[in-house]
Amino acid sequence: MITVTGARKSYGDFAALDDVSLDIPAGTLTALLGPSGSGKSTLLRSIAGLERLDAGTVVIGGRDLTHVAPQKRGIGFVFQHYAAFKHMTVRDNVAFGLSIRKRQKAEIARKVDDLLEIVGLDGFQHRYPAQLSGGQRQRMALARALAVDPEVLLLDEPFGALDAKVRADLRQWLRRLHDEVHVTTVLVTHDQEEALDVADRIAVLNKGRIEQVGDPVSLYERPANDFVMSFLGSVATLNGVLVRPHDIELEREAPVELVAPGHSVPARVRARVERIVRLGFEVRVDLGTDAGERFAVQMTRSQAADLDLRVGETVFARAARGQDPELVGAGAAI
Amino acid sequence: MRTSTGTRLTLRTVALGYLFALLAVPIGLILWRTFGDGVGAFIDSIRTPAAISALNLSLLIVAIVVPLNVVFGVATALALVRGSFPGRGLLQAVVDLPFAVSPIVVGVSLILLWGTSGWFGGVENNFGIRVIFGLPGMVLATIFVTLPFVVREVEPVLHEIGTDQEQAAATLGASSAQTLWRITLPAIRWGLTYGVVLTIARALGEFGAVIMVSSGFPGVSQTLTLLVHSRYIDDHNTYGAYAAATLLMGLAVLTLLLMTVLDRKRSTT
Repeated sequence: MITVTGARKSYGDFAALDDVSLDIPAGTLTALLGPSGSGKSTLLRSIAGLERLDAGTVVIGGRDLTHVAPQKRGIGFVFQHYAAFKHMTVRDNVAFGLSIRKRQKAEIARKVDDLLEIVGLDGFQHRYPAQLSGGQRQRMALARALAVDPEVLLLDEPFGALDAKVRADLRQWLRRLHDEVHVTTVLVTHDQEEALDVADRIAVLNKGRIEQVGDPVSLYERPANDFVMSFLGSVATLNGVLVRPHDIELEREAPVELVAPGHSVPARVRARVERIVRLGFEVRVDLGTDAGERFAVQMTRSQAADLDLRVGETVFARAARGQDPELVGAGAAI
Repeated sequence: MRTSTGTRLTLRTVALGYLFALLAVPIGLILWRTFGDGVGAFIDSIRTPAAISALNLSLLIVAIVVPLNVVFGVATALALVRGSFPGRGLLQAVVDLPFAVSPIVVGVSLILLWGTSGWFGGVENNFGIRVIFGLPGMVLATIFVTLPFVVREVEPVLHEIGTDQEQAAATLGASSAQTLWRITLPAIRWGLTYGVVLTIARALGEFGAVIMVSSGFPGVSQTLTLLVHSRYIDDHNTYGAYAAATLLMGLAVLTLLLMTVLDRKRSTT
């Protein structure tokens, strides 16, 4: 369990962390998600002791580590750009933490071989980092961090420097590894898909503050505010409200408008079909209102076939659920 | 850019002719003069007590200067790259000072500072340690002129490797000393080696600063460069001067060869 309380950190007059408090339960894989400059990396590096907090405390497993050096925190850290020890072989890289701890040679060799097998680098013992691909280097870095049996594993944009395919593979692999090893893991990412895919819990950060913490489904379904909603998944603006593009219904005919008392905003918006894009499984319809507002609607191919839309025709759009004023209660209940 | 065959040949001829006239001819001439009377004469000339003493003194100065430059050069480079302290810009400029200041000025200023009536004259007056006209003075002069090499070779390497590896070592439990010894130094080893080789070459060849602070007695306080000078100017022993110059060149060539070999090794690992 990691507990950060009242963390503050400024660089000049830029507040990287502005009174951040966060609990990370033991054994979970938590993602710190946010745009660049949101403070997510600073928070992770503060947990590691690589940054000194201006105020606040960091407690890991009941020990107050706020003023403890990174060497003595019992952490494993993985850097975005691997931080491979270039002059050492893969084996020596992974063995580094153990040899610092003056473990027996035989014990080190056994542990290193085990770890290299787990991360799929068996047989690469005598290679140098320069002879590995990016993905392999990062798996080596992971083995190196795990070798010292850290209480928590901290990953700073670990897949950020890799190309899309390798990235997707590696995060699946990380998830499986976590299910096997069960070490409390914190992953920093700016990629919402990565966070939704791999994490048990997500903390969304923005401008040095935590916007919302929760499991991926509740964050996606019940975002606490517009920032979280627009950062996790795509959004369309309908009548000035944010709606998920797949939560908009299109109809040909406008039924008699029933405006709820106290609401002057009609629930339906007149819009013209500007473009229809077939993206494999789904269909995206780009629309424009008379007022010049643009938004996109996602639907399945069968829905699109039923509607049989034509470019240039006029339709009526309404939010099926989500943050539409009339439906906000219903949406939250889903 | 495409050039015609004629232009290409002309350019090559000019470049080679330039190098030949300015570098190869003078050096070749000395070699020719040295070995013109056979290898025996050369060996006799560099085995005189004065020559042996000069060789030893030159190597002794190198042996003292190189470790000092390694320790302080790496420390300075680390401070310049990793540190943030007031006066860093000034330090940057000061490191380059030996490139800009003529060695003869260095010699004069050392006498001014360490001479018996200088600020640090007390060292000689009270403790009887002879700085100017002694070995310490020659070492100080050589350190002054060779100071930038290690710093300037190590600095870009430190920039390039960044702090990630050092931070990774820290998270794995390594102390600062362990990180320096096991991560930073191996990472900068090629830059450091290069700096050392340049330092050796410059230390062997230094003349202007050293002649000012040396008493210049043959067999006692002459380095190889001073030996070449005194044989030629004072003794009118031109052949002896050529032979000593050839020995000096031999050492320099050896150093350069070492550098080339190391360079090749660097590009393969």
